[in-house]
Amino acid sequence: MNRTGAQIVWECLQREGVEIVFGYPGGANLPIYDAMLDYPVRHVLGRHEQSLVHMADGYARASGKVGVAMATSGPGATNLVTGIANAHMDSVPLVCITGQVPSRLIGYDAFQESDVTGITLPITKHNYLVTHASEIMPAIREAFYIARSGRPGPVLVDIAKDAQQASITDWKYDASPIRLPGYRPDLRPAPETVRNAAEMINSARRPLILAGHGILISGAMAEVRRLVETARVPVAMTLLGFGAVPATHPLNLGMMGMHGEAWVNTAIQEADLLLACGIRFDDRITGQLNSYAVHARKIHIDIDPSEINKNVKVDAGLVGDLKDILRQILPLIRPVDRAEWLARIQSVRANSAARDIQNHPENGRLHAAHVIHDLWRLTRGGATIVTDVGQHQMWAAQYCRIDTPHTWISSGGLGTMGFGLPAAIGAKLANPDREVWVIAGDGGFQMTQAELATAVQEGVKINVAIINNGYLGMVRQWQQFFYQGRYAATPLRNPDFVKIAEAHDLSGLRVTCRSEIEGAVRRAESIPHTVVIDFRVEPEDTVYPMVPAGADLHAMIRRPDPAGEPVTEA
Amino acid sequence: MQHTLVVLVEDKPGVLNRVASLFRRRAFNIESLTVGHTESEGISRMTIVVDGDQVSVERLTSYLYKLVNVIQVDDLTGKPMVSRDLAMIKVSTNAENRAEIIQMADVFRARVVDVTASSLVIEVTGDEHKIDGLVEVLKPLGIIEMVRTGAVAMSRGCEALMNGRTYAPATAGECCLENYHTSYAAEMQGNG
Repeated sequence: MNRTGAQIVWECLQREGVEIVFGYPGGANLPIYDAMLDYPVRHVLGRHEQSLVHMADGYARASGKVGVAMATSGPGATNLVTGIANAHMDSVPLVCITGQVPSRLIGYDAFQESDVTGITLPITKHNYLVTHASEIMPAIREAFYIARSGRPGPVLVDIAKDAQQASITDWKYDASPIRLPGYRPDLRPAPETVRNAAEMINSARRPLILAGHGILISGAMAEVRRLVETARVPVAMTLLGFGAVPATHPLNLGMMGMHGEAWVNTAIQEADLLLACGIRFDDRITGQLNSYAVHARKIHIDIDPSEINKNVKVDAGLVGDLKDILRQILPLIRPVDRAEWLARIQSVRANSAARDIQNHPENGRLHAAHVIHDLWRLTRGGATIVTDVGQHQMWAAQYCRIDTPHTWISSGGLGTMGFGLPAAIGAKLANPDREVWVIAGDGGFQMTQAELATAVQEGVKINVAIINNGYLGMVRQWQQFFYQGRYAATPLRNPDFVKIAEAHDLSGLRVTCRSEIEGAVRRAESIPHTVVIDFRVEPEDTVYPMVPAGADLHAMIRRPDPAGEPVTEA
Repeated sequence: MQHTLVVLVEDKPGVLNRVASLFRRRAFNIESLTVGHTESEGISRMTIVVDGDQVSVERLTSYLYKLVNVIQVDDLTGKPMVSRDLAMIKVSTNAENRAEIIQMADVFRARVVDVTASSLVIEVTGDEHKIDGLVEVLKPLGIIEMVRTGAVAMSRGCEALMNGRTYAPATAGECCLENYHTSYAAEMQGNG
């Protein structure tokens, strides 16, 4: 059969099982869009290309499939950049397909030409510039293979317009195995390294598992849980690891790091063994490296060899698929009594509970932490939570107890404000029957609020909780702590978010005191279209505890207890 | 200290950019980088001299492997190896000093490859230090232009990088090329 390059794009996407594409048409990808009409694929038209990538990102994280975003050349392509960088940092499998000016014009500063393969070189796992129709199929096949295998990531395929228009006679899909001589996603650790790691776990007295996103990517949830329960090892979570071990599991301590629980950071600093599973020792979780877990021997399991010994020097680095490696380790693990260690952690925990704002007496004010905690309770933990970036994200991390894999979606490595709303649209499209809540700040929400229109046009029902404190709250908090409270450019004069919702033919609700939270959440759940709730929270509230950037992990600024002053623990 | 890396890459457009961009992105300084074809079609070979300690060069190696087009990386530093630079040096001359310059070139086993009434082009091959030495003695005589390739390097002995894999005879003197080719063909059936 004869196929144009544009048709080949869709033929390939069909073979990859793509059912939904997030895109935006333009001059240089018109042939692809014209061909689309003849293929059974759902196209979601966003309002900005950055959001399209976040949608594909949310879709990928919620479904475990590869997300697909499309844009035209020039500004369409450059607008993808933030979304791609976000997916790259968080190891999310995406294929982005951009139109490029006709090949004879490449390099001549043509209208809407941008060197998108050059621009995205450091933020993609790999990318392709395709100038002939015959190269489209291999490029797209390799793109999907690279995006989803090994450590997942975004791959961009830039296709010149003339390659989309050209025809290939007697085109056939090539289903043979992909040959990439330099690409080895299937590394395995040597058996003696595995035995050595198991022995380190068996002989540890104060071991701790650091559970990250890699567990979810590898699908190693059951293996990690068996290890936790067999060896009686407590678990600390990274922000992106939520769901890998149920938050309500008695051995799950909660989140580590800059805004992690005090007892978790203390446990890390007191542990004699850290077993890092699919994490990358980001500076937000280690604090000062010189004083990080100095008493602990360290085992690091990751599929990306370049992560081993990158930030933290480890005693055993095991490169490979986490699930496979844990299956090799598990039979070698002996049950050990760790009651003393667990009791020690519990004792630190009690101190933190006294400081928890949930245990403070009601003062009539609406605290963001109350909103988020109530929201989690009211949704019975049964909703997918998608956050934006900032204070609300950290409160959500502290007060939403995530039990189910792939139901917590947040921008981790890049910290991209504006991620929440579009990512939630993608997550909802991946699981249409699941309740989806966006928790966003007033600042981040406004970065991509145009996507409310996408939700309307696509008939996507999500609930948006704006934690509206009238500030860029996280920046304000840093100004409060480290810049003598000089609030440079952090106060926000916001639009009326209820009216914004109404302007989109959506419902807007406003909540100003704690007693209104339940009613608003229930109403939002009962309304069949997207609902925006404007939670007017305490303007100058602070996320505690906090490890200042670059400080020792145990040097946390703690929430004042009801009577006292903030305490910095030595 | 200086490390000499040999990097085998797929011979595709943009690969040099990917490698160079990686050094910039990860804040490594390239002392020199050379690239050319190998005996295998479709595979190019880079010799990269980079300044850094052992730990950072190991990090760099693992980043290089993250590039899909990079097939193999070998750090030759500290191993028996041959490393060569080529330079062409244009020297301003006159009737009086021409003979002296040519003599000097001879001492360095350099060759004169172009002569005019007022200039000479000298071609010299050798390790970095040898070329530096020649440059030093020619400087007072008037170097007017100079070009250097940067190092190309290869390990000594029968071990080799072929098709992106290490070829090593099982015992000295035994040729296992045939076995190598058979297993290579089997491996290249695909990894998808």
